[in-house]
Amino acid sequence: MTLRALVLCGNGTNCEIETAHAVRLAGADEVNILSVWELVAGHDTLDAYQLLCLPGGFLDGDHLGSARAGAFRFAHGRPAAGRDPIRVQLDRLLDAGGAIIGICNGFQLLVKLGLLPTRAWEPRVTLTHNLNGRFEDRWVTLQADPESPCIFTRGIGSIDLPVRHGEGRLVALDDAVRDTIRDGHLAPLVYIDPATGAPTEAYPLNPNGSPGGVAALCDPTGRIFGLMPHPEAFAHYTNHPRWTRDFLEGPPDNEEGAGILLFRNAVDWLRRNHG
Amino acid sequence: MILRIEAGPQPHRLDPMGKKACATAAGELPGQVDDIRVVRVYTVDSELPGDVLATWSRGALSDPITDQVSINGHLPTEADWIVEVDFKPGVTDNEGRTAREALALLLPDRPVPAVYFGLQYRIFGRLDRAQVHRLAEDFFANTLIQRIRIASRAEFQSGQMLRANPPVVRITHEPRVRAVSLEGDDAALEALSRQNVWALSAAEMKVVRAWFERPEVKDARRRAGIGEALTDVEMECVAQSWSEHCKHKIFSANITYTEDGKTEKIPGLYKSCIQATTKAIRERDGENDRCLSVFVDNAGVVRFDEEHGLVFKVETHNSPSALDPYGGALTGIVGVNRDPFGTGMGAELLFNTDVFCLADPRREEPPPTGLLHPMRILEGVRTGVEHGGNQSGIPTINGSVVFDDRYIGKPLVYCGTGGVIPLSLHDRPGYRKYVQAGDLVVMVGGRVGMDGIHGATFSSVELSEESPSSAVQIGDPITQKRMFDFLLKARDAGLYSGLTDNGAGGLSSSVGEMATFSGGADIDLAKAPLKYAGLDPWEILVSESQERMTVAVPPDRVDAFLAMSRLMNVESTVLGTFTDSGTFTVRHDGKVVALLDLEFLHNGLPRRELAATWTPPAPVEPDLPARPDLHGLLLRLLSRLNIASKEYWVRQYDHEVKGRSVVKPLCGANAQGPSDAAVMRPLVDSLRGIVVSHGLVPRYSDIDAGAMAAASVDEAVRNAVAAGGDPATFSALDNFCWPDPIAPAPDHERKLAGLVRANRALAEVCLAYNLPLISGKDSMKNDARVGARWISVPPTLLVSLIGIVPDVRRAVTMDFKRAGHLVYALGFTRRELGGSEYLAELGLASTDVPVVRAAANWKLYQALHAAMGRGLLASCHDCSDGGLGVALAESAFAGALGCAVDLAQVPVDAPDLRDDELLFSESAGRFVVSVAPDRAGAFEAALAGLPVARIGEVTAADRVELRVSHGNTVSWTLAECFDAWHAPLAFSAGKDRT
Repeated sequence: MTLRALVLCGNGTNCEIETAHAVRLAGADEVNILSVWELVAGHDTLDAYQLLCLPGGFLDGDHLGSARAGAFRFAHGRPAAGRDPIRVQLDRLLDAGGAIIGICNGFQLLVKLGLLPTRAWEPRVTLTHNLNGRFEDRWVTLQADPESPCIFTRGIGSIDLPVRHGEGRLVALDDAVRDTIRDGHLAPLVYIDPATGAPTEAYPLNPNGSPGGVAALCDPTGRIFGLMPHPEAFAHYTNHPRWTRDFLEGPPDNEEGAGILLFRNAVDWLRRNHG
Repeated sequence: MILRIEAGPQPHRLDPMGKKACATAAGELPGQVDDIRVVRVYTVDSELPGDVLATWSRGALSDPITDQVSINGHLPTEADWIVEVDFKPGVTDNEGRTAREALALLLPDRPVPAVYFGLQYRIFGRLDRAQVHRLAEDFFANTLIQRIRIASRAEFQSGQMLRANPPVVRITHEPRVRAVSLEGDDAALEALSRQNVWALSAAEMKVVRAWFERPEVKDARRRAGIGEALTDVEMECVAQSWSEHCKHKIFSANITYTEDGKTEKIPGLYKSCIQATTKAIRERDGENDRCLSVFVDNAGVVRFDEEHGLVFKVETHNSPSALDPYGGALTGIVGVNRDPFGTGMGAELLFNTDVFCLADPRREEPPPTGLLHPMRILEGVRTGVEHGGNQSGIPTINGSVVFDDRYIGKPLVYCGTGGVIPLSLHDRPGYRKYVQAGDLVVMVGGRVGMDGIHGATFSSVELSEESPSSAVQIGDPITQKRMFDFLLKARDAGLYSGLTDNGAGGLSSSVGEMATFSGGADIDLAKAPLKYAGLDPWEILVSESQERMTVAVPPDRVDAFLAMSRLMNVESTVLGTFTDSGTFTVRHDGKVVALLDLEFLHNGLPRRELAATWTPPAPVEPDLPARPDLHGLLLRLLSRLNIASKEYWVRQYDHEVKGRSVVKPLCGANAQGPSDAAVMRPLVDSLRGIVVSHGLVPRYSDIDAGAMAAASVDEAVRNAVAAGGDPATFSALDNFCWPDPIAPAPDHERKLAGLVRANRALAEVCLAYNLPLISGKDSMKNDARVGARWISVPPTLLVSLIGIVPDVRRAVTMDFKRAGHLVYALGFTRRELGGSEYLAELGLASTDVPVVRAAANWKLYQALHAAMGRGLLASCHDCSDGGLGVALAESAFAGALGCAVDLAQVPVDAPDLRDDELLFSESAGRFVVSVAPDRAGAFEAALAGLPVARIGEVTAADRVELRVSHGNTVSWTLAECFDAWHAPLAFSAGKDRT
């Protein structure tokens, strides 16, 4: 099969180029970048794609809260004549066995659309202000849950990635939602203390104070995945803040950054299982 | 009927933004403030259908998980005081605009009312009304652009705040054009200029008067039906075009310069020092000329590879930042974005830089009347650049913060942006414009309002208590991002022939300048979309409302251009046509309201004649302590604000969006070491990189502005070399911020002489480093007048640099890497303590300011770069503020490794330097590097014949150990060095003030 991926951009996204690059490195056959305005105008649909990437950025400036106005636009924007609403297109992509990754602002968008931790189309969790009230750019260490159904994080173990956000603290509606996440292994990545390997709520190892160190969510199918860290920003070993120390003697044999693994996992999985 | 919606965290939810405000308030009023909760308030000057209101308020204005919402009533509270802050009428309200766009989705094909945003601070504590008022004015609002309402609990619960009117702009004024009379003597003309904020001298106004009295001009005006009298539209256009901000009158002036009793004529500093330098280097480079477009466009363009050019521009936004630090800095950064974007046919933006010069934020006493507290400026400026850069998705990769108490009069806010531009676009160079007569004048982006009127002329006068608040704008990164997304698409589709930024001077400047390509323009101001009715034509012409570009669109592409604009949700409006008539014709509703000869507008301004006199300062020898406490002094230096960690800024700026960062602002074992320069890859699929650095040392100006300029260039070059840049590929930008060097400013001839010396030193060092100046700007009125007192900034030159790293895998960082590596000092250390952080710490003075020996340095830089290309360096750190001592400590704690160094081995070219001179002198052209032992031979051979000496080694101990004179040893733990360096500017959340 031809594996086609779409990076949806516009209205404040700003990571579309590196996200598309990462998906190409991961082995997708065709990667398109499409503006949300073009999607709304019906220039293209989601139907031809197996992988949808919602990249990082500041949808509508995050003015009403991160990705809130963006989610509202997805929910209430009118489709062009002859086209289905975006929500219907998203459902169809997922029902056909496709996958969605939302990164940072894209994760906030998925959460506010009500697609995580289950595809309820009704918010069950939110991502809100970091405990210290600040936007921060720093690298963190994450541990993958090997029992998670997430198709993106299989075999990851631990991984270093940058976070760049002011609203990354996960708040659940109630205990039932928290139980769903825990019991279903729907938090595929958590912030850990690299010294102990244990999940952490302590700043700055956990940059936002997210309970249990939760940095990402997936749905029970494992095909809807959102994470606050930026895997597309670790596409080459020189992206890592300590590369001049770790590779003092010369470049590694494989110069690819570890962030590509998440995309390659999904591309490989979709190639095997889509349809 | 006013609709009012309050949204805020549910009572049992955390409120980090409230906690942040509380920490600030509690810091000001210890023991009096227990808690603050923040509520967002949206006001609509209209009714809405019930279902629309419910969907909008619950889905768009609040978070269903964490928030509660109240419509037309307060969310209940027992808070002791309530402060509500919203914008004054007409001030850009980004949150309100986004709320309105969300509302529009629910009201298709129906009018959508305006939405106004405000914040409510609910304060729990024991304060009186005056204290609450002070908190509101000092921390929650800027009364220049915002309104404050305060209510006690009882007043609040009585519903008093529910009756507040939204800040609707109501202008009853009928737009009109007035005739301007330039009759009268010099005093009358100057008074007229001051009153209208034209910032023109009497002599300049007489040139205008004489032009309009010419018979042929009168004739042409009669024929066009505008009448003989000069209109206010014309006068404003001329004032804007001839402002210091736009015309650089001081840099163009003929200067009579006297030094050592000798007098000479300098025919313009810009021409003789800046342009001539670049010209000489381009000629010398011949076929290898790296410059593609310099001095002719919004930013300079240099070659990157076979297919791409690099665009780089740095601007200042000092005056607006003094009045409204947040809005000023935000507008500064999103404004400078438009310069590279508006260069040639448009660039993809790659990175931002920022340099702030501020007064000590720890100041205890209140600031002088009319000026803001430095901490407030620091935090406002920081937040403005954070929002502008982060929301635009452009990484802030390089910068610094320099402290000097004279910046309390005017903070300097330098914002830079670089981009990448295709060398070939639709089979012609992408770095040129192709505007032709017949192309349409299209305004793209935001609408025009009264915000930012007179920015260009206002920045050309000193601050006083009467400064107009309309000079303040607030940027809107998202409107701009949409516009850029659209224009890049239009560029690639070949839908326009040129574009430029609407910045200072608004349409007057952008259309006026683009008109020079075709030879004229004819626009109708009545076609410009306005934020609100009631603007006079002159206001529309010079308004600096943000997020606008002026684009030239060939007539056969205009339908496609406008269709793509609509698709991408961007407003574009045809205002008129570029012509070859030789005139800039401005209409309002068809009637001609300005008819200006382009030649007169752009070249009619007479050159100024200025005088400068330089007297070198009398030599001063510092009375150094007989037995300096080196241990304590190094720690004190590490804690000095100019040396201390800037992690507080770096972390809050996204410095790696775009995913192409190689050397980040912080590096080392714990990613907390101070990188010398940034390295990034402009293209995701290429290992060819760029290095971006800067240099500025304003404190040397106190001795000699020439030495300051030379040291600034050297520092920028040194930093770029240290990170792995190839010195043969560097290009530089010069941004001068000077105290007023024109009468009646005190000591103006000396200030102007400093400017002459700085320019000459700049030219001399650039020629030695084969470093072309590709773009620059000058800001010449950095003074505040407080009563009769002038508070003037030290003469400050920022040199920003961009260069190439041939293979980013060879980039080098400043942290020690492995125990056992050998430590070398490169470059001579001299007795040059003048202007040093060391003497400043001791409160001493010396005139022995560092002298840049450029020819010798240049050899070292080239050899060092060649050695880096062979992978011979493990670390490289430039020696600057605080000298060798600070550089060694920084390399050590950044690498979490110790070092043992013998000071006696440091290269010197004169005997008998004291320990403190060796450690803290700031001589130019020096580095501290480390080398793996198995590469030491090759390294030493590569730098043979240069001032290079092995001074010690990296150790596994957690100590910096220094062998000094008389066989003594001084040592520091890494922790004490790091803590001294990291603590001073590591503001906790409680210090934040926005």
